[in-house]
Parts: sequence; C-alpha cells; structure tokens
Amino acid sequence: MPEKDYEDIPGTFVFDADRSREGYHLNQFCISLRLQKNRDAFNADEETYLDKYPMTPEQREAVLKREWNRLLELGGNIYYTSKLAANDGINFQNLAGLMTGMGVDAYREMMLNGGRSPDGNRYKSEWEDKE
Amino acid sequence: MARITAGVGCSHVPAIGVAMDTGITEQPYWKPVFDGFQYSREWMKKNKPDVIFLVYNDHCTAFDASCIPTFALGAAAEFQPADEGWGPRPVPVVKNHQKLASHIAQSLILDEFDMTIMNEMEVDHGLTVPLSVMFGEVAPEDEWPCLVIPLAVNVVQYPAPTGNRCYQLGKAIRKAIESYPEDLDVMIFGTGGMSHQLQYKRAGLINAEWDQQFLDMLTEDPVKLSQMPHVEYLREAGSEGVEMVMWHVMRGALNDEVKEVHRHYHVPASNTAVGHIILENVAA
Repeated sequence: MPEKDYEDIPGTFVFDADRSREGYHLNQFCISLRLQKNRDAFNADEETYLDKYPMTPEQREAVLKREWNRLLELGGNIYYTSKLAANDGINFQNLAGLMTGMGVDAYREMMLNGGRSPDGNRYKSEWEDKE
Repeated sequence: MARITAGVGCSHVPAIGVAMDTGITEQPYWKPVFDGFQYSREWMKKNKPDVIFLVYNDHCTAFDASCIPTFALGAAAEFQPADEGWGPRPVPVVKNHQKLASHIAQSLILDEFDMTIMNEMEVDHGLTVPLSVMFGEVAPEDEWPCLVIPLAVNVVQYPAPTGNRCYQLGKAIRKAIESYPEDLDVMIFGTGGMSHQLQYKRAGLINAEWDQQFLDMLTEDPVKLSQMPHVEYLREAGSEGVEMVMWHVMRGALNDEVKEVHRHYHVPASNTAVGHIILENVAA
C-alpha cells in the first residue's frame, strides 16, 4: 500500500476506507438518529437501542459517554457523529467548540475573528510542542 | 436546443438555511452573509433559467455508509427535503426536468462517465441552501422558480473524485445539455466550501487567502486549478474543504473564457468561510 500523504495533517482525521471499515457500525448507528422515530427509541432506552449495532465495546462506551473526539478516533466521521450531537441539542459549531477543547464561547469568538489560521497548523511537526 | 447560460459557485452551510428558516437573517451575525446575495437574487430574476443543474454533496442523508456512489444523478420526478436530524427544512419540494435528466444520464454514460441513477432520493441542505440563498425565502406550499436536476458527489469518504475528473465531467454535461432538442436555458451550480474543518482538534480552520486565490483561478486558469491534488485541499482548506472539487464540474461546463459578474466572501457562517461567485459565458 502506498503511504498516505494526508496523514501528516495535525488534529485531523481523513475519513478513508480504513476508517470507514473501522467505524461502520458506529456510523450506521449515528445516522439512524436522522429520523425522529429512531431518536425517540434511542432516547427512551439508549442501551437497548445500541444492542442493534454490533460496534466495539470502546465505540459503545464512547457513544454512551458522548466522548466526541474518541468517537472520531474509533472510526467515526463528523457527518455521522454530528447526528448524535444534534439529538443532544448540540449544533456543528458547539460540537467543534467541544472537540477543540476550547469551549463553545472561545471557539465562537475565534470564528468571529476569522477562524483558525493555517499558519502553524499544516503539519504534525508544527504541533509537536503543543501535544 | 438547450444551452448553458451561466455558472454559480456557492457555499451550502446548513446554518445559513437555519438562519433563513428561523427569520434571523437581519441579525448582525448573519446580515453580512446575506447582503452578499442581494445582487445575486436580482441577477437570478433577470436571468431566470428554465432548469438548474445543481452539483452538491449529500451529507449521509440519502446515502449512509452502506452505499457511496461517486456521482449520483437525480432522475426522479421530484425530491423531498429530508429530515437531517432536526426536522426537514420548510422549503418546497424540488421538481426535476425528468426528460432532460434522463437524457443527460444516458449521454454521460455513453461518454464513459458511469453515473448512478437515482429514481428515489431525498435532498438535504447541500441542495436546498443554494436555492434558498439565490432565490430568497420560498414557502413550502409554493414552488421553486425553476426545475432542478441534482447531481450528488461523494466527498464524505476519501477519496472524492479528482478535480480533473470533475472538470471533465462538466464538459460532458455541457455536451449532453447542448444535444437536447428542447429550447431551454440551463444554469449550472457548483456548491460547497469554502475553507472549513468541522472535526477534531483542528476544527475551525479558515484560509481566506487560499479561498480568494481559488476564486481568482476559477476564472483565469481553471485547467491548472483542476489539477490540484486532494492533499492540498485537506491541508490548506480543511478536511471538509475538499468539497470544493464540485466547483470544477460547474466551471468545466462553461466556456473557456468567462466573465466574473459577482463575488461574495465572508467569514464566518458557523464553522465555515462563505464563498460565492457568478460566472457568465463570454461568447467564443
């Protein structure tokens, strides 16, 4: 397999086939929450609802604990996990506030000031001191 | 004969739809976003097409992880606005020009673009937000001012089709439209972008300089622009910025020489840089 030229971007998951395979059942669970009847069933009894999706124990725990970054680390994709967030009343911007660790208000402020600059955020090597 | 009259590039940020649907477009946060579409709405009235060919991406709405077509062309009679997790948008049903859509599908496949044909499909904000910003508020019981042919492009699972493939597809779409016997004005929309990253620790990335350069090159050197590798979008414009490949389909369908008649760029709308451009064909 060729090396992935997109793996050296810091703070980023590129949702490729490897991630898609790993996260398949997790993502399919998340997207099921697109529909009201499924949201109702999930909200009535999360554990029973999750039994329908053969995800890993780690993925299941991350869902129950709403560990937004962990969900991505375990193969989740943001367009899917955002449906779980939406079910909880969290929109895209506030979800980003949580995932970046900045908090909702500081994140919103950063966006109002033009967003996160690409400078210093292009290569993993630029983040080595930070992480 | 049918003809392509103009191209529109436009972000499709879901929060823009929410702002229109909840009537808060005059608030200070949103006003600059919508002010940039005032000219466009007047221009749409003056140049109203019969059909819009609208290139967008589905956000795991019609297609979940079980089925990921790279190019899916809407051939159904109509498309309902979907519930994306917070209820369907209160906008009209989207109606197709079914015969033209089928003609385009056939022409593209014989031209070796192997399209997926959708005879049932719901549409999400990726398709309806561009219609809303260009036409203004339209009540759900009313009708969109023109027919719409949707083309959904996979940009969720890597890799999206290359910029070059999208640009070439645009050329084939034009050939298909120009071989359709009915006298129709067709506009083509390329939607999505601009720079944005919705996920993980680098969320919030915006690259205004890169975005403006993209808009400049779209007019001046679209062939060179279409050669840009995916990793540059991902690194420079954010992981979700790669959806800008869809703008190349629009550009490929226009003349080599185009005139930029309007541009609008604003940061932010939620997590995203809003970009918008109108390109008219210059007579060859």
